[in-house]
Formats: sequence, C-alpha cells, structure tokens
Amino acid sequence: MSLNTVATSETTKMENAWTDAIYAQFRRVGIRQVGYVPDAGHSRLIALCRDDPHIADVVLTTEEEGVGLVAGAALGGERAALLMQSSGVGNCVNMFSLLRNCGFACVVLVTMRGEFGEFNPWQVPMGAMTEEVLRLAGFLTYRIEDEGDVEPIVGAGCDMAFDGDLQVAILLSQRLIGRKQWTR
Amino acid sequence: MLDRRAFVKSLLADRGGLLVVPGLGSATYDVAAAGDHPLNFYLWGAMGGTAMIGLGLALARPDRRVAVITGDGDMLMGIGSLATIGVKQPDNLVIVVLDNAHYGETGMQASATAHGIDLAAVALGCRFRHARSVSRIEEATDVRALLHDGKGPILINARIAATDEARVLPLRNGHAIKQRFMAALNAL
Repeated sequence: MSLNTVATSETTKMENAWTDAIYAQFRRVGIRQVGYVPDAGHSRLIALCRDDPHIADVVLTTEEEGVGLVAGAALGGERAALLMQSSGVGNCVNMFSLLRNCGFACVVLVTMRGEFGEFNPWQVPMGAMTEEVLRLAGFLTYRIEDEGDVEPIVGAGCDMAFDGDLQVAILLSQRLIGRKQWTR
Repeated sequence: MLDRRAFVKSLLADRGGLLVVPGLGSATYDVAAAGDHPLNFYLWGAMGGTAMIGLGLALARPDRRVAVITGDGDMLMGIGSLATIGVKQPDNLVIVVLDNAHYGETGMQASATAHGIDLAAVALGCRFRHARSVSRIEEATDVRALLHDGKGPILINARIAATDEARVLPLRNGHAIKQRFMAALNAL
C-alpha cells in the first residue's frame, strides 16, 4: 500500500497514530533491519521502513527466515525487528531456539488475527495459541488493546530486549488494528 | 567428487577477516576441522536458517566478507531464503553448499539433490550474480578467491563425496560462540 492511498477516515487516522508510534520507537532505539512477511495490519509500518534510508527492509518468504536475520544482524552489531501476523509465529517455533541458545535480542511485532470478530475461522486456531506459543518459546509478551498504550509498551519492550538481550513479542490486538474488511 | 575436509580447508586457508557461518552438522565439523577460529559462528541447530544469518550479518557489515558454508539439507530447508537474498543483492555474501546429496547426521538418507534438484540453478533463478557447481579440488582456489573478492550474492554448490568423517566438535555453548565472534569482529 502506498502512503499516497491513505484516506482520511477515522479508522485510518487511528492506524496512522499507532503506526507512527511504533516507527518512532524504531528510530529512537536505532533499528537498522526490519524483516517481514507482508501483512495488511503492518502495511503502513512496512512502507515507512521501506522509505527510511537507515533501515534495510527485508521481505521474507516465511517468517522463520526473520529469526536468522535478527541473529545475523546482532552478530554484526545491528538491531533488527520483525513484523509478522499471528499465523507467522507458528512458522518460527524451532528457529526461536537460536535466540535463546545464544541470547540474541529480538523484538517481534505481531498483528493478531483470529480474535475479536474474525471473519475467517481458518485464522482462529493459530491466533488463539499465539501468545502461549511465544511464551513457551521464551518470549516476554505484551498485548496492546488501546492506541495510547502503543508508545509506552513498544518503547519499554524495545529497551528490555536490546538492553538485556531478551526476546520480546508485542501483540497488536485485532481490536487495535481493526477487523479485516472482507467486502470492497 | 570432492573430499569435503580438504575442500573446506582450502577455502579457509589464510582467511584473514572472513566471517564464516557454518550450518549445523557436518558443515560445522568441517569448518572446525579446518582450524578453530573466533570468526566462526558455529551452528548446532537452527536448521534452514544458516543463509539468513549470513544475510543479516552481510547487511550489518558491508565492509566485511561473509561466507555461509552449509549442507544441502540445510540449504533445501531454507530454499526460500535464496529468494530473500536475491532481493537484497548483498555483494559481500557467498554461500558454499557442501552437497553430498544425503542427510549425513540422520543415516545418509537421500536428499532432493540426489534426484537432480540443482541448487546452483535455483540460485541463478533467484538473481544470484554468480552460481555454479564444482566437483574438482583444483577449483578450490577459484572458490576461495570468490569468498574474498567475488561480487555477491554468490552460491557455489560443491559436489562432495558422501563420506562419514570423524566428528570434530567445536564450542557448543551458543552464548560463548556469539560473544567470542562479536569480540573478534569488533577487534578487526
């Protein structure tokens, strides 16, 4: 999605606000690589990262590639973040071992599907287990429902991850990002 | 067919500041057998992720050369990462696949490359600047030169004999491997 297509509806203003808050934290903590599998909820953040000359945006074929990317970036002294949908968390499970075994800082922003009015039942099983899977894999998890919590929670999560070589996942609830619109 | 140990030893001769990411299993043992080095980020797991670790490192340190040395099983599991790397076109990244067409750690079951799947051709399809297969030890000198000077991304598919070498086990503690690597890289 091009930034030029951004409309002026209330929904879009809200999306801009939480996206801008995340992006501002990326800039503050010096994120240099962002790996992602494209996702509607993350589309504006992806566009902001792509347009930022300080950030290498890496489009992944599957989310677990991003875990390797984060580890390699850290070895080279750079901070990286991953953007994925809740379904992508399931793709990463074994690869997450790399982060724990070596103590690589990792920040994952997860847009939730399969909750709060989900239209597509195929999204529900993974969405329902996403947070638990992340915890089992060693992540600290923080869930955001309200736009006003985005800046403090993303900021605190980034600080904990990068100051302590910890793995932090921030779940952006479907209520925050809005239901996927199935009619157009 | 190449002798894997002799080939890897030739590639890593006089390696200087080369950053090496060996994939789990035999590739890690081969790289360790060539001589332990703090700039080896040995993997003991993360199957399928080796090439992506190489990409993250290559993007973070464009001033350094990065060599991923891994097996055909690991590269097949992470085959999508060849597309990911092709998009980013890191000119300092070379992948060497030690292709014995078998899964050596688990009982030498045949891999897809035993059935004609060609990883060098896949890499070319993924916009690698250069990719080819090698099978003679005389070619090791050329491959070594590519590690240090070739414009990447490059993939070399090294056809090695399906032998069972003695295991040479390097450091296994992930934190220790990471810290040693980062300290050595910072000191370059």
